[in-house]
Amino acid sequence: MVSLADLSLGTSARVRAVDGPRAFRRRLLEMGLVPGTDVKIVTVAPLGDPLQIEVRGGQWSIRRAEAAQIQVDADRVAGAAKP
Amino acid sequence: MSDAHCEPGAPDAAPAGGGRPTLLLAGNPNVGKTTLFNALTGATAKVSNYPGITVDKRSGELPLPGGVIASLVDLPGTYSLNARSAEEQIAFDALTASPDAVIVCLDATQLARSAYLLAQIQELGERCVVALTMVDEAKDATPDVPALRALLGCEVVAVTARTGHGLPELRAAIDRALRRDGAPVWRWTPSAALRARLDAMRSAVPSLDDARALWALTCIDGEDELEVAPELRAAALANRIDRDQDDEGVLARWAWLDREIGKIVVKQVDRALTQRVDRVLLHRALGGMVFATVMTVMFMALFTWSEPAIDLVDRAFKWLGGELRGVLGEGVFTDFLVDGVIGGVGSVMVFLPQILLLFLFLGFLEDCGYLARVAYLMDRIMRTMNLHGRAFVPMLSGFACAVPAILATRTMERRRDRILTMMVVPLMTCSARLPVYTLVIAALIPGSYLTQALLMVGMYVFSVVTALAAAWIMSKTVKPLKAKRLPFLIELPPYRLPRWRDVLRMMWNKSSVFLREAGTVILGCSIALWALLYFPRELPAGHKDYAALIEAAPTDEAKTALEDERSALQLANSYGGRLGHAIEPAIAPLGFDWKIGVGIIGAFAAREVFVSTLGIVYAVGGDADEESESLREALRGAYTPLMGLSLMIFFALACQCMSTLAVVKRETGGYRWPAFLFGYMTVLAWTVSFLVYQGGKLLGFG
Repeated sequence: MVSLADLSLGTSARVRAVDGPRAFRRRLLEMGLVPGTDVKIVTVAPLGDPLQIEVRGGQWSIRRAEAAQIQVDADRVAGAAKP
Repeated sequence: MSDAHCEPGAPDAAPAGGGRPTLLLAGNPNVGKTTLFNALTGATAKVSNYPGITVDKRSGELPLPGGVIASLVDLPGTYSLNARSAEEQIAFDALTASPDAVIVCLDATQLARSAYLLAQIQELGERCVVALTMVDEAKDATPDVPALRALLGCEVVAVTARTGHGLPELRAAIDRALRRDGAPVWRWTPSAALRARLDAMRSAVPSLDDARALWALTCIDGEDELEVAPELRAAALANRIDRDQDDEGVLARWAWLDREIGKIVVKQVDRALTQRVDRVLLHRALGGMVFATVMTVMFMALFTWSEPAIDLVDRAFKWLGGELRGVLGEGVFTDFLVDGVIGGVGSVMVFLPQILLLFLFLGFLEDCGYLARVAYLMDRIMRTMNLHGRAFVPMLSGFACAVPAILATRTMERRRDRILTMMVVPLMTCSARLPVYTLVIAALIPGSYLTQALLMVGMYVFSVVTALAAAWIMSKTVKPLKAKRLPFLIELPPYRLPRWRDVLRMMWNKSSVFLREAGTVILGCSIALWALLYFPRELPAGHKDYAALIEAAPTDEAKTALEDERSALQLANSYGGRLGHAIEPAIAPLGFDWKIGVGIIGAFAAREVFVSTLGIVYAVGGDADEESESLREALRGAYTPLMGLSLMIFFALACQCMSTLAVVKRETGGYRWPAFLFGYMTVLAWTVSFLVYQGGKLLGFG
């Protein structure tokens, strides 16, 4: 099982499921991180945490512990990364 | 007055009829909502507070075609109507209170995400008018407006608030929408299981419709902090839904958005610039350097560059007081006007330079997109103390002054994060503590210049360590401040050129709110404190006849000495002086006598007043400053180095500042948190000073 926190910098993956407490899950789902969505690790903060992720063209900051709640299909890498 | 939004308008009131139509402006954060609001309402915009919650409520007048004036309320930016706290609930409550129409901002560069909010609003049955923003940024990726109109089933107008483009069309569209009926638009059908829950809710609380029932089911779970009617809460808790039912609406709305918006948005917006800038600003080494530079400039501005302006305000009020004294002549009433009222107004106005500067910086950094990156860069450090990444700027500002720093906590969304930051910001070594430290170190701490300098640096380090430790301890022990498992999900918006008009307007709004609401409290306290240290004037019987002695004084020096002696006796005899005597037993274990007690009371007006109050008590004149050699001599004769250390620690930890308390009262909307702040800091200060002084004595110092 691969989570978003396991991805390396610059890689993309497709969301399979979002776990975690109810309010947390809904917040992620509502911002569009629903199963089937492509997500990319854009940068890692200088101190190693949080991560900058790209979802649907928007940039978000998410903590590693939270990213670990997002299961992804790493082998089903999303379409071509933007230049 | 545009208070029409307070009256719950009849749901289908004809817009041209009796009352003003009430309009709401809704949208995600960072979609240009505030710029649009400013452009629509112009000079009529005003800022107030939502009752009970310190969230800015912007409202203003919106002229519609045909001479009708509508009142427009800018809702807090939100991604969804689902709420966990009273603050997030504002948008839902306002939408439920039957507005006449809702203007929803859709970001042309983030269409699907912003349309999610619109879908929720349409489920409520509101008449919606879509303002398509950021079209200048989307350029050729701008979605087709007629197609969007057909898809969403409501008016859609592309606007560029910066230039005013599209605003007349938006007004006309609002006018047209007001003449139509609103009806709930649902793009998905609840499953049988969810349907059963919705029906159960509606039979328990008959006033609910499906959308409101769904909101209650998804938001109320016993761990929320919502303010809802007890029967609604009871019904929602009796009809708990499972995870699948919870997800149903969200997934269905996104399925619809992905399918339909995907047809309209054919081209992705070019974000190459933001990506390139981020590669530098969020870079491991470069990003850190830029961050350090930006923060240093901001800190210098607050700490150093504001100095001339503060000085100017100070001198202006001194000059005004002096002039007035000249006109009115000596007397109790003159003293009241000059020292009490004008001095009090001055002590409020003196905060303005730093507040204006800080909000100029904050507004600029927020609007260009960097403030969110500050939170991103600092999260790892701040999180260790259970503080929000955005708490960094207020904490740093606290080195200059706690008052603007506390006002700056508003950049955090959550009340818990804001209050925790407010509770620790006053521990940072503010610039008003400097004169006290300077005086005490110079007068009482022996040793070379280097030891003295190191001690000063030590006081700064001490304050940072205590503030961080206090944040950590409070987040573990004080229930409302406990860290909750909420996602730290911050949008890093695209970099944009700030609009100066918006920045300046925000700066002015913040400052005027400070003057109006905190300023009045500070003024009242100043006058009370003045009276405490002024009355009674008569010296008890048995004292020298100072009036006659001063009259007969042979030289000016002798005259000044006698006047200073009289001032010292008057202060000692004042209610404040008596209070200083009264608290002496409580502060004696810290090494303080009643004179220090009077100084501590005087320092309530502002910590640096401690110096001038001691100047009066020690009869070296009220104009003594921390550089005064005679004051240093007097202290050297009376106190030990150990007592000096104890005094500095007391000043570092005690909340000896009525302005801080006044601002916390305003920002938290009550007396509970300022009382807590004053209480815990006083106890902390007393305890640590006690340990230092008594421990030092045991070890043979002092």
